[in-house]
Amino acid sequence: CCLLHTHDLVVVPLSADIISTVEFNYSGELLATGDKGGRVVIFQREQESKNRPHSRGEYNVYSTFQSHEPEFDYLKSLEIEEKINKIRWLPQQNAAHSLLSTNDKTIKLWKISQRDKRAEGYNLKDEDGRLRDPFRITSLRVPVLLPMDRMVEASPRRIFANAHTYHINSISVNSDHETYLSADDLRVNLWHLEITDRSFNIVDIKPANMEELTEVITAAECHPHQCNVFVYSSSKGTIRLCDMRAAALCDRQSKFFEEPEDPSSRSFFSEIISSISDVKFSHSGRYMMTRDYLSVKVWDLNMENRPVETYQVHEYLRSKLCSLYENDCIFDKFECCWNGADSAIMTGSYNNFFRMFDRNTRRDITLEASRENSKPRAILKARKVSTGGKRKKDEISVDSLDFNKKILHTAWHPKENVIAVAATNNLYIFQDKIN
Amino acid sequence: MFPKGTKRKFSDSREEPVAGGEDVNQSSLAAVRMLSSYSLQRQSLLDMSLIKLQLCHMLVEPNLCRSVLIANTVRQIQEEMTQDGTWQIMTQALSAANAAAQCSADRLVATEVLCRQTEAAQGEQVPKPFPVVGSEGCPAEEVLEEEEAAAAEVGMTMSTVSPQAPTSYLPGTFGMDPCWEEEETGEDDDDDEEEDSEECGSGSEGEERERDSLVEDTRTAEQVFGTFEIKNPAPSPDPALEELFSDVDASYYDLDTVLTGMQSVPKMGPYDLLESLSSHGPSPLSSSTSCRSDLNELDHIMEIIVGS
Repeated sequence: CCLLHTHDLVVVPLSADIISTVEFNYSGELLATGDKGGRVVIFQREQESKNRPHSRGEYNVYSTFQSHEPEFDYLKSLEIEEKINKIRWLPQQNAAHSLLSTNDKTIKLWKISQRDKRAEGYNLKDEDGRLRDPFRITSLRVPVLLPMDRMVEASPRRIFANAHTYHINSISVNSDHETYLSADDLRVNLWHLEITDRSFNIVDIKPANMEELTEVITAAECHPHQCNVFVYSSSKGTIRLCDMRAAALCDRQSKFFEEPEDPSSRSFFSEIISSISDVKFSHSGRYMMTRDYLSVKVWDLNMENRPVETYQVHEYLRSKLCSLYENDCIFDKFECCWNGADSAIMTGSYNNFFRMFDRNTRRDITLEASRENSKPRAILKARKVSTGGKRKKDEISVDSLDFNKKILHTAWHPKENVIAVAATNNLYIFQDKIN
Repeated sequence: MFPKGTKRKFSDSREEPVAGGEDVNQSSLAAVRMLSSYSLQRQSLLDMSLIKLQLCHMLVEPNLCRSVLIANTVRQIQEEMTQDGTWQIMTQALSAANAAAQCSADRLVATEVLCRQTEAAQGEQVPKPFPVVGSEGCPAEEVLEEEEAAAAEVGMTMSTVSPQAPTSYLPGTFGMDPCWEEEETGEDDDDDEEEDSEECGSGSEGEERERDSLVEDTRTAEQVFGTFEIKNPAPSPDPALEELFSDVDASYYDLDTVLTGMQSVPKMGPYDLLESLSSHGPSPLSSSTSCRSDLNELDHIMEIIVGS
């Protein structure tokens, strides 16, 4: 099936709040979004049915709940934002679905369950719920299950709090399905999903003297298959792979990934643009992908000294770094994601553009997530940014790019060619239609 | 924009090949211009970075990653300026201009100072112990001349840069009057730096040491209080500042919170007054000259910010 042609479009305008995270669950049936207001919205894919052939696999709202509320830290006199930084689904173990959602300080485990049947014909109480008079009960009956309007409810089952002094940037469920890690700017903690009052600190890069702090942790992830392995990336463009079997405190990495700097392109902004904003293992577990400001790099876990593939996301911004530093855009944290087969990768850019790269054909495409330019069921048109002096028709010049329209969060269905793209406060879902 | 390529060193421009007599003048002139332009850009990047570090404290804890990256950028610039010799030149120029000032030119700014994170015992800091970086990164002769010219710009920059200073910085003079006006701003900076979550007035030892390394005596509580009462009953409303705080819930900043010393992050604007009052509890008496040296040091800070 063709990777680069997306057809169906579903735009889900959410409320005014900016979407801060997007994540498919393991089957792809559910899609969760978190926003700046601490709310989680879960979409469910409609089952295909012969009655409605055109609504193949549309995503509709399944559940909405308030995950986090703003808090106030009285000791520091600072507000703790309710913005959801990350959502990670747990593997499904029963009829209910579970996910972890986190803000800067607290991680919560939510269980989402649905009821679409109710029992009728109880012996001891009547339909109102009032107890029946025992003397009036003359016969025994078996209650029957009758369908009812589907009711979805979310309840917080665990609250993992007070383990992070700094802002949590990542959570990652381990392949053992029992533990997960959480990372803030200076520390990585390991939790057991059942235990909320304790966590193990496995990485601590806080210097004894804060004056010496020059590097922070920017992202962390568990290996998809080896439950003892995880990686964390830094603001200096390095990735450390650690083995939890080696020591209780994984300060010494097993592997250290860093690409040597190109001296010819050195500038005052070199370090800032090398800071890694996201790290993701491939589904196979053989590779990992990192996103820095201008590029996406694919690393082979067996080769530490350089990435095996590098993709330029928006190289035309390299000459604008000073302006982007001034307006703070240079600190934007873009995420990246793999497709199910690990053959393609996707990441966002500015002007509501997002980019997809095919690793096999080395082709890439720039698409735009905007309502003006795409109607439902329309084919998305490839976009191009003109870098030279001459601007062709349909191209957009670098200076016309809207840097307020940034696509930081994207997600790819684990099995199919369905992608979710968060553009500020709108969620776009694109599907690949196979005729 | 910063040009790609290797950094230009001050000495490199002198080593460029020359063809003839006139060419010598032309090429060295061009080299100096190029150097000045690069130095100007570098200086403006430094100023921009310092402003970013200062303005990153609001109601919510600032982003540590961003602060660290900006601090590293500042340090890079400092290191390069030290290698260029520009740093030392400016130190000398400034200390020549400020006889009473005590500065240490060798000290590179530590990350902690540049972007102190809100740990329990620390607050967001103004990059205080910047010994120099007053004027544009130009050779010494130009420094002295340009200080006058830059001064006019400084006034304008000040009001946009520092929300704490609705009044403009009077350039060139280090006498008493400008000092008092200046003090309103500078005092806030220093007060904020001294502020901890510890009790008011005691301050943290580390900060005391830091202050002492640059300034010999501390100012008097009376002078501070006096200054504020006489000169500055309440800061004048700054429209930019109003806008900045339009969505801040003021109930968080009530006097109780401030006076119990629970504030660990310096707040900007109208509440600074309350904070500085609370943080200056029992301070030792000292002479008025110490105040002046403090104020000169505050001038340094402002110069850093505006790059005069």
